[in-house]
Amino acid sequence: MNITEFIENFAAQFDDTDEALFTPETKFKQLDEWSSLTALSVIAMVDDEYDVIIKGNDIINSETIKDLYDVIEKQL
Amino acid sequence: MEKTFNPFSLEGKTILVTGASSGIGRETAIECGAMGANVVITGRNAERLNEVYDLLPAASANVQLVADLTLAGDVEGLVAQMPQLDGVVMCAGNSTTLPLQFGTREKFDEMFGVNFFAPMELLRLLYKKKVLKKGASVVLIASIGGTHSFMPGNGVYGASKAALNSVMKYAAREFASRRVRVNSICPGMVDTPLIHRGTITEEQLAEDAKRYPLGRYGQPEDIAHGAIYLLSDASSWLTGHDLVIDGGFSI
Repeated sequence: MNITEFIENFAAQFDDTDEALFTPETKFKQLDEWSSLTALSVIAMVDDEYDVIIKGNDIINSETIKDLYDVIEKQL
Repeated sequence: MEKTFNPFSLEGKTILVTGASSGIGRETAIECGAMGANVVITGRNAERLNEVYDLLPAASANVQLVADLTLAGDVEGLVAQMPQLDGVVMCAGNSTTLPLQFGTREKFDEMFGVNFFAPMELLRLLYKKKVLKKGASVVLIASIGGTHSFMPGNGVYGASKAALNSVMKYAAREFASRRVRVNSICPGMVDTPLIHRGTITEEQLAEDAKRYPLGRYGQPEDIAHGAIYLLSDASSWLTGHDLVIDGGFSI
């Protein structure tokens, strides 16, 4: 896993957000398109792609995409 | 002493409760016992099942049988040991919160295995082997999900419960020849260990509970009381019904 690939997988859960907006520093919960369904999709994507189970609280406690990446990397 | 008139009594009835070691099943078993039934409880976890067994009235002819209903051998073994039943409440089940685009065949199989194929096979054998007495009552714990409510992320779970609701109606028609009644309960969100697994945060659950007109999630006893009605002679003319108990959520 690397951050570039993770950001691509993360961005794939969105439909209407400009790809340029996704960087390690992106505060993803502030994106207009962010919703509870996006959160569920991110959790499912992480399970699918990395075989890591993250929880709703991991999302709540992560501010940036990099924060979430770090949570997952610790469990790899 | 003169007996009190109570059409909801389960006195003298023998009732099987699946998934009895936790959540709705546990509460249903305890309340059936309190209503006078002899209770047969089954679940996967022997220790937790025994805890529930100890809470049943000692005077009744209760039985505990450890079984995993997703295993064919366990189901057959369970049916072979089963006393004649006046009723069964199928509570064993599981849930998942997963957007449909992640709902692979594997995920569907897993959910249908626990929520649909397991109770269906148990029901089939209980009926075929005539373990269910004439006039017995079958209660399937389904969900508002899949038939009355379609919340994003609940598709895999809801579809399995919709399938259960569907066979409930067929069974109601077919089993009526033996006067066996078959109904389901469709609960909204009930506060059990199943919903506290972390995919949805506690804060989100608290927020969601506010969307229920009656102001809260259900408690296991809210569902157990519905099951008692469906098991009792009070519902003698009711079959093929899906009883929604959801605090008004699906209105």
